[in-house]
Amino acid sequence: MPGSDDGCVSAARGPIAAGTRATPAQAEEREVRAVTARVGAQAPDFEASALVAGGFKNIRLSDYLGHWVVLCFYPGDFTFV
Amino acid sequence: MTAVAARYAELRALDVEVLSVSTDSRFVHKIWQTDELERMISGGVPFPMLSDQSGRIGEVYGVYDDAGGVDLRGRFLIDPDGVIQAMEILTPAVGRNVDELIRQVHAFQHVRATGEVTPSGWRPGQTALHPSPDLAGAVWKVWRPEAGH
Repeated sequence: MPGSDDGCVSAARGPIAAGTRATPAQAEEREVRAVTARVGAQAPDFEASALVAGGFKNIRLSDYLGHWVVLCFYPGDFTFV
Repeated sequence: MTAVAARYAELRALDVEVLSVSTDSRFVHKIWQTDELERMISGGVPFPMLSDQSGRIGEVYGVYDDAGGVDLRGRFLIDPDGVIQAMEILTPAVGRNVDELIRQVHAFQHVRATGEVTPSGWRPGQTALHPSPDLAGAVWKVWRPEAGH
């Protein structure tokens, strides 16, 4: 089970400025807040903690380059629509 | 979520990965999976369930609802170059149509593979259009809206 002991899943960084595929220590990886998602534009990269195959791990959107991705936001677990 | 999960094999066959995102923590995702989703879908939801607890990812995607503290129902189709090709955002009370998502995946993949463009409601096997100066004013010769092809 991937990362099943969790305890040490490092804090996910959330949105990541475009063009920076860097380590947390690198200063140019600044926080992004403005709405930047537009059709025809690069999808804003981010890192998030996730439940994957029963375990926990951090996932980065840019890990999926080379594949199609459907990113589905929804209001909350235990809702019914 | 379960509606998308039920069509997951079809999406994977089209080289589509699904990532779901809400403001719930990964721990809440786990309990939802084991207490409820696994009873609705054999094996539970098969794709990664991401946590956006601060709402900051939702903010950047324009789906975060400040008043409710949640991410609205937003769906983004992203191509292999990381470019957003389609987006749809709904208020919470109305669910998505997975058929339309899969239709759009087929259409965007057709466009990417052929350079053709797909008319309204296009489905695989139907006529797509070759954009060219000759097509200007001549779409009526090759495509009828009432027939859909």
